[in-house]
Amino acid sequence: MKEVKTFVLKNQLGLHARAAAMMVNVSSKYKAKIYFEREGKEINGKSILGILTLACPRGSSITISAEGDDARDAIDELGSLIESKFGEE
Amino acid sequence: MGAHGIKKTIVLKGIGVSPGIVSGRVYLYNCMDVKTPYYMLDTKKRISQEVKRFKQALKESSQELVDIRERIITKESLDPLFIDIYIMILKDRMFIRETVEKIREQKINVEWALKLTLSKYREIFKKMEDEYLKERINDMEYVVDRVLRNLSGKTCEKIADIQDEVIIIARDLSPADTIQINAEGVLGFATDIGGKTSHTAIVARSMEIPAVVGLEKITSEIRADDHVIVDGTSGVVIINPDPEVLKRYDDKKKHYEFMEESIIKDARLPAVTRDGHEVAIGANIEFTEEIPSAISHGADGVGLYRTEFIYVNKEQLPTEDEHFNHYRRVVEDPMIAWATIRTFDLGGDKFASDPRLAEEMNPAMGLRAIRFCLREVELFKLQLRAILRASKYGKTKILFPMISGVAEIREAKRILDEVKSELRNEGVPLDEFIEIGIMIEVPSAVMMADKLAEEVDFFSIGTNDLIQYALAIDRINERVTYLYEPLHPAILRLIRQVVEAAHNAGIKVAMCGEMAGEPAYAMILLGLGLEELSMTPLAIPQVKKIIRGATVKESRELLETVMKFSTVGEIEKYVRKYMIKRFPDEFEINNH
Repeated sequence: MKEVKTFVLKNQLGLHARAAAMMVNVSSKYKAKIYFEREGKEINGKSILGILTLACPRGSSITISAEGDDARDAIDELGSLIESKFGEE
Repeated sequence: MGAHGIKKTIVLKGIGVSPGIVSGRVYLYNCMDVKTPYYMLDTKKRISQEVKRFKQALKESSQELVDIRERIITKESLDPLFIDIYIMILKDRMFIRETVEKIREQKINVEWALKLTLSKYREIFKKMEDEYLKERINDMEYVVDRVLRNLSGKTCEKIADIQDEVIIIARDLSPADTIQINAEGVLGFATDIGGKTSHTAIVARSMEIPAVVGLEKITSEIRADDHVIVDGTSGVVIINPDPEVLKRYDDKKKHYEFMEESIIKDARLPAVTRDGHEVAIGANIEFTEEIPSAISHGADGVGLYRTEFIYVNKEQLPTEDEHFNHYRRVVEDPMIAWATIRTFDLGGDKFASDPRLAEEMNPAMGLRAIRFCLREVELFKLQLRAILRASKYGKTKILFPMISGVAEIREAKRILDEVKSELRNEGVPLDEFIEIGIMIEVPSAVMMADKLAEEVDFFSIGTNDLIQYALAIDRINERVTYLYEPLHPAILRLIRQVVEAAHNAGIKVAMCGEMAGEPAYAMILLGLGLEELSMTPLAIPQVKKIIRGATVKESRELLETVMKFSTVGEIEKYVRKYMIKRFPDEFEINNH
């Protein structure tokens, strides 16, 4: 099963260290292969260095793809994390 | 270290990330400093052993970080995010896979492969625009250092063990390091790498202690038993300062501690007395890095640019262009109305990389300053050429130090004229009417002030030396420093005599010693009729505030009263009392 969905980062800081760490924590819970893509660059969603090197500022959009049995759940949870602005005020 | 126990002074410039000034003993924290071996792997067996070695080091590093994380949560109840990021990097698939690939494909040892992986990420992070994300490369460097250390089998001391008061010097400090610091003992930080938002900077600001980062090579320049000054306001670190410099920084520190936000707010207001008399306020600087602080603290110009540090800490003599670049940076700053550049004011020993050269028993009275310059004419000319070239870019004044009589200033002027005509012949533009002045710091110059005034455009009274020479005190000798009293009646008479001689000849008088920056003396100096006061930038706001609140008339009356007293004790007491009564808000904190 493959799921693909695009999100816009609305939090103040974009994918900075804290947000990146939260994404890795969520991605790593799932068996599915997870990839983040921004402006043609694709990285492993379970790699903190990968996410940091995407250097996503506020307002940028990233496409998340997941492949595996729990792909849908993974995308849903990553999506709601992004929507919650990573708990930033 | 010289055989005579004299240590070489070294100046390093970095980024001041937490303001304040501190001096103290060094604590060199460089447990990450391991030598990295590089070698090729010749057999398949060795390659697979190398991969195992890598995995083992990752495991050990990860365990260490988990332990630190545990301590942080239980003892400090702090957010362990930064540790989590380290652990994530340690476990990062890309990081591990890329490094293993390098070991296998390029047949190189782990350390080498790790360095290659790191430098690839350095390139990526360097290109990022976001300053915060850019500095995350430090997290990766920290992790790689930790793995390298585990590969080398070295263990690491804990900062928590530091008991004395020290300044911590490190390549970089990670949260895992600083979290263990016993805050009581740490006076400041200085590190090789980092920026305004790096962890060391944040910790230093939260601890309200000075820090300078990005010094690049402090860990390799410094020794464990060195003494160091950290100026977090200007981003300067001085290793093994000589006693004069140390004294000057202690003075700066004192002013820093009395600084209040509310005073800085008004610092740019002019120093005009209530009866409309304006005093020019200059800053004493020795590094161009101090200019922003001078301006923000309210300096109108630079009243004393000490040029000695252009020479110190150099393997070779500075070139004319090096001099010129420094001077130009000062004089062309649009916020600096004028800059008084003082020519070299030390002994010849400060030139050489070997501090023992030309060591003198009593350097304060030795072959130094103008005496040295008149002997080493070529060195002197080189500096004068650079100053004259800079004079085209902004109002520049030349100040000759340690003049003791008319013959010396005439000789210095003759050489200056020579340099001027050389430059003219070369078609180099310069300020033809550049003002020249002399430091009045040798008592004989006071006696000759009327004659000297005919030779120059201005005087600048250097009270530090004038007091020491007039009262016969070795300022470095702690047993006699109690005699160092700026309000000594003899000193006040000397200053008065200088001002009178200067005014009779129609020239202006500045004061650039520490006395000029003492708020309690501001009215006395107003009464003496000084046109310019130049001081350490941090002293400016308070002195200006006193001047703005006083009148010249009452200052003269105060001066006349104290000039009748016979002892420094009487004068000091009267002035303090007067100032506390007159400016209660300003002086209560200084006198409890």
